[in-house]
Formats: sequence, structure tokens, C-alpha cells
Amino acid sequence: MSDLLNDTAAAEKLVVDFLTKKSKNKSKFYIKDFYKLFPDDKPRMIKKVINKMVEHEILEFWSSGSTTMYGLKGAGKQAASEGED
Amino acid sequence: MAKHETPFLDQLESGPWPSFVSDLKQQAEVRAKNEAGVEFQIPVDCVEDLLGVVELSYKHGRTHWKHGGIVGVFGYGGGVIGRYCDQPKLFPGVEHFHTMRVAQPCGKYYTTDYLRSLTKLWDLRGSGITNMHGATGDIIFLGTTTPQLEEVFYELTHNLNQDLGGSGSNLRTPADCLGSSRCEYACYDSNALCHFLTNEYQDELHRPAFPYKFKFKFDACPNGCVASIARSDMSFIGTWKDDIKIDQDAVAKYIANDEAYPANAGAFRGSRDWGPFDINKEVINLCPTKCMWMEGDELKIDNSNCTRCMHCINTMPRALKIGDERGLSILVGAKAPILDGAQMGSLLVPFVEVNPDDDYAAITEIIESIWDWWMEEGKNRERLGELIMRQGFQKLLEVTGIEAQPQHVAYPRTNPYIFWKEDEVEGGWERDVVEYRKHHLR
Repeated sequence: MSDLLNDTAAAEKLVVDFLTKKSKNKSKFYIKDFYKLFPDDKPRMIKKVINKMVEHEILEFWSSGSTTMYGLKGAGKQAASEGED
Repeated sequence: MAKHETPFLDQLESGPWPSFVSDLKQQAEVRAKNEAGVEFQIPVDCVEDLLGVVELSYKHGRTHWKHGGIVGVFGYGGGVIGRYCDQPKLFPGVEHFHTMRVAQPCGKYYTTDYLRSLTKLWDLRGSGITNMHGATGDIIFLGTTTPQLEEVFYELTHNLNQDLGGSGSNLRTPADCLGSSRCEYACYDSNALCHFLTNEYQDELHRPAFPYKFKFKFDACPNGCVASIARSDMSFIGTWKDDIKIDQDAVAKYIANDEAYPANAGAFRGSRDWGPFDINKEVINLCPTKCMWMEGDELKIDNSNCTRCMHCINTMPRALKIGDERGLSILVGAKAPILDGAQMGSLLVPFVEVNPDDDYAAITEIIESIWDWWMEEGKNRERLGELIMRQGFQKLLEVTGIEAQPQHVAYPRTNPYIFWKEDEVEGGWERDVVEYRKHHLR
């Protein structure tokens, strides 16, 4: 594992910054989009960090049923329209 | 009286087959009467509204379901599929109507008590509509609201000893045949391997890791009762290395049409007359590799040419038995036709021993090397079979460290050119020109 991925705070910041920067055009991303942020790491290690961020409610999953995508929690149109309160 | 008029759906019921419409109407009535006194946690008329929205879709010729969503249970990235109706004012009961996938027991063994527990839970917290089983093999609970998801999940995991299945870019719920729990043809314990890999790869099952879906299926013999060769990215099919065991006395009894030795294992016995058994017509001439013959009264098999089609064993199960040196073959890359058309699996590992004592190390090593390659090289929404087509079967052999074997060849090569790699050629590309010129003049 690279030093970057090993440093949880730095890794999370990199992911959040990347998603925030892109947020004007896109709110949902494939797991592969995150691989580019950590070029020295194996996909499996990156996936573990990204999934931890979902667990910590920084990110959230979006699933079509066949494919899963990731986004910042609450980002995008659908998040707002899905509230059931 | 029904809440919505459904003339299109009513017409579907007139066909010769059992209709899902009749089932839905029955369920709508059961919920309306509520003789069991269930305290429904989602709208009581959700099934009526479901019929209404399906009718509207037929009328308009387009769907009124919104696809996908962010719903899920805490810590899991699969098992729940968001479904929302885009006509919530007309059909409030199905405004939120999510699907839950629930792992089925190995070999789909249930007790009636357990099935009742499942339906009781779903009647209370969902629509009561199930699909037993979905195309992947899992239990499908159709239709509930977001607040009920965690409740159902808690009940399943704490009281029913069951887990959610896979959906999205996850390892999907592995599925297996009955295997050696009931079947004499089983070459390995498919239930044990399915259970082991389900536990071993919990992370992949519940947290999306892949470019797209990935399916394991386990057939304990080449009869392929779960059709793993066509339905899974990685298919584990039982096989044997040594010879088919022949009981010549039993062969003689089949030929003599002995009552206790019915052909086709006695299938349709009593309801269909197959006529007298003819070993040439029904077995020897149907052998796809023509590797069987009679020598006098003895049946002979050239096992080196047997492709394990199982026909002779299925026809004369008391005379022919699978061999003793058993294991499995691994095939990869089957998929349904989204891109490039449907594909059957390609044989990757002709034979591997199934050894639970070392946690199936030989099998998990192959799985993980394939995953590493696919996760790195697979494009978004690209199945393993498509990656194999794109980068070549040879590349798959390289990443798995498996030597090319005759069994990998589907048909003779059509391309006369061989492109060697430098490390495959003795001495590499460097040549000693002086040495060469000793034998070849300019």
C-alpha cells in the first residue's frame, strides 16, 4: 500500500476534493474513477478505503441493480427526491 | 372490487400458463381481507397499486418505474435495489417499492417452517410478493419502503440466520446444485464449496469491488443442473480423471430388459412406454465421441475420448458410474447477451482437486488472480467474458499462470502466423551475426 493510501485522512481528502471538483457535471462515479487517484495501489486496497468512506457516511452508494456507483453523501438530484420523510 | 381497472392484465390471464396477474390479484385480496391480522408496515393496498402501475405501463407502452437508487442497509453495498414509481399520486402504495435480494440456502434446502418464517416477515414488512427464485438463484422480496429495509435486514440476520444476497457491481449470491447431499453423480461437494466461498468472499459479496457483476455457480457433475456453464462468470463443474466404472452384469440386465433395470433411470415410468431398451440405439450410437462399443456381451469404453457428456451414465445408472479420481473443471466468461451476444463459459482449468482441508487453496488462487486482472483491466460495466474476448484467452492464461493445454483449444487454428514473444524463443532476439555467417553466406 502506498503512503498516500495508508494515510487515511490524506486519502479521504483526495477523494472528497476530486468529487467536489467534478460535482458541477457529475455526482456519481465508478470505482475505476478512483483508481486514477492512487496510481501506485492495487484496486483491492483502493476499494477497501473507498468502502470505509461509505461506512463513515462521507460517500454513499448508488445502485441501478446491476451496477454500483459512488458519490458524496447527499450529492445529486436523486438524493433529494428520495427522502421519504 | 379491484381498486384499478386492469383490462390488459386480465387478458394476460387468458393464456394457457399460470399467470403472475392471478397471483397478484390473489395477494391483493389476501391483504385486503387480512384474516391473519397482520399489522402491515407498508400500505395495505400496495399490490392493488402494483397491478395499477403495470396496467398503465401496458397502456402507455413504457415503464413507470424509476431505475435504481441510493437505498441500502448500513455497511452493505448490495442486496437492495431501489425501485420508485414515477406516478406516485396515482399509485401511492408503490411510490417506494424496493427489491431485496436474500441469499438462498445451499442447494435450496428449506424446511416448511423456515419458508413460513420468511413469508411471515415479508407479509409484515413488505408486499408479501416474492420471486422464488430470481435468475441468479436468490430469494427475491419484491416491494417495500426504505424504513423497512433495516428492519428486514435485522430480522433476517438475527432471527432467521440468513444474509442478504448480492446486487450491483458485487459478487452475486453463489448458487449450487444439490451435489453429494442427494446425488450419486456428484464429483465434489458443491454445497460445501459454495458455502465456503460465500463466507470467504463476504467482502466482495456485500461491498462493490468490481467493474460489473460477477457470478459463481457450482455444478457437482457435468449434467449441470444449475447450468453454471451458461449462467456464471466462473463455473465449477464436477468431473473425474479415471475411467467410467462398468458393472457388466448390470449392463447385461439392461440389455435383457430386466424390470429392476429400467432405462433412463426409470424416468416417466408408468406414464410413458419407451419400448424395449436397445443399447445400440439409445446409448452407443448417441455417444458424441463414438467411444463406446460392444465386444461380445461386454460394453467397452475408450475413456481417453470420453468428454463426460453423462448420457450413458444417465441412461444406465446402475451399470455405469462416475470414476473415483474426482475433482472439478473451471470454466470462465459466460454471460447473457448485453454486449457481443450471449457466451458460454470457456474451459480454463480442465481438472483441479477439491480439497477442503487446505481451504480449497488451488481454487481460491485462481479466483483471486482472475479478479486482480479484471479489476485492473476491465472497463466499467465489462463482464469477465468480454475482457477475455477483448484481451484474448492467452492473456487470461498469463495472468492465472496456467500453461496452454490441448483442452483449451476450441477448434484448430485458422491463422498461420505465430507471434512469438522474446522470452519464448531460445536466445531471445539477439543473434551472433558472425556465427550465423559461418553457415549462411551473404
